[in-house]
Amino acid sequence: MKSNLLSDLQARIAAHHPCALVTDTTTGAQALIGTGEVVGTLALTAEAQIEINRLIAANKSGVIGETSIFVRTYSPSPRMIIVGAVHIAQSLVPMAQLAGFEAIVIDPRAAFLTSGKLAGATAIEEWPDDGMKEARPDARTAVVTLTHDPKLDDPALAAALRSPAFYIGALGSRKTHEKRLARLKADGFSDADLARIRGPVGLNINAISPAEIAVSIVAQVIETLRAEAKSKA
Amino acid sequence: MSDTQALDQISAWRAAGHKAALATVVQTWGSSPRPAGSHMAINDKSEFVGSVSGGCIEGAVIDAAREVMATGQPKTLDFGVTNEMAWDVGLACGGKVRVFVEAVE
Repeated sequence: MKSNLLSDLQARIAAHHPCALVTDTTTGAQALIGTGEVVGTLALTAEAQIEINRLIAANKSGVIGETSIFVRTYSPSPRMIIVGAVHIAQSLVPMAQLAGFEAIVIDPRAAFLTSGKLAGATAIEEWPDDGMKEARPDARTAVVTLTHDPKLDDPALAAALRSPAFYIGALGSRKTHEKRLARLKADGFSDADLARIRGPVGLNINAISPAEIAVSIVAQVIETLRAEAKSKA
Repeated sequence: MSDTQALDQISAWRAAGHKAALATVVQTWGSSPRPAGSHMAINDKSEFVGSVSGGCIEGAVIDAAREVMATGQPKTLDFGVTNEMAWDVGLACGGKVRVFVEAVE
């Protein structure tokens, strides 16, 4: 690979632009395809370009045709928006990052957010209404609320329900969750909407400590993400 | 590990004056531990980041990467139970994997 092609690829990944590096594995000739112009030394037929764009859309890498053309797609990392810079967030942020998620933490309480243990996460010091507008959850985003304070969690969950987020989870006991669902229902959300919220959050592994709860949350988010990818394939 | 870690490591090695190569899984058959697209970065000191299997073939890939860094010519490597090398560095899982190794220069 030419180093300028590598820099171009890294710039597109950093800008969250889905793209593909296409390689003729017999010659090593390569082309970079995605948003913007096609660059590189590998000439591609119109047919091949259509096939490559299909792979980019499906976020799949592989060989195309009967040939030696290999397509490596790069799509933006999935994201996890965490509402509440609480103790569990300190475990959840690094675990989510290890699993390949970009972590974003929303909390209006500056002292919580700057506790220094959320390294590498994007910190948004806003009330959840504004914070969720800024974070803009999409179909590759998980939203997890951790405050179990209705005035922080509820607006975040409402924003998540109005978004295509692939996962929505809310920390809190069964009782807390029932009350939360009743409030959101009173706000006009349907039963089908509310069924999107996983509560109590996380896989049931009898987690007790903040780190254990973070494991159960990350596991459930991955389960949901992969199940969705499998059903699309 | 994120997609970009191996790529970023290559940039860092090159900025520090090292040669670097990228190995990528291009095709798999049967059960194999890492899917197509998996990256492993290797430098001229045989340091590596990422993986193309569960640790079964990384040694052989590093050897190939050193050759690729020296010649500048890419190589495609096949590993699997039908491969002659299987006795040495085959995949215990019984799968087959094809790995493309290229220098970054």
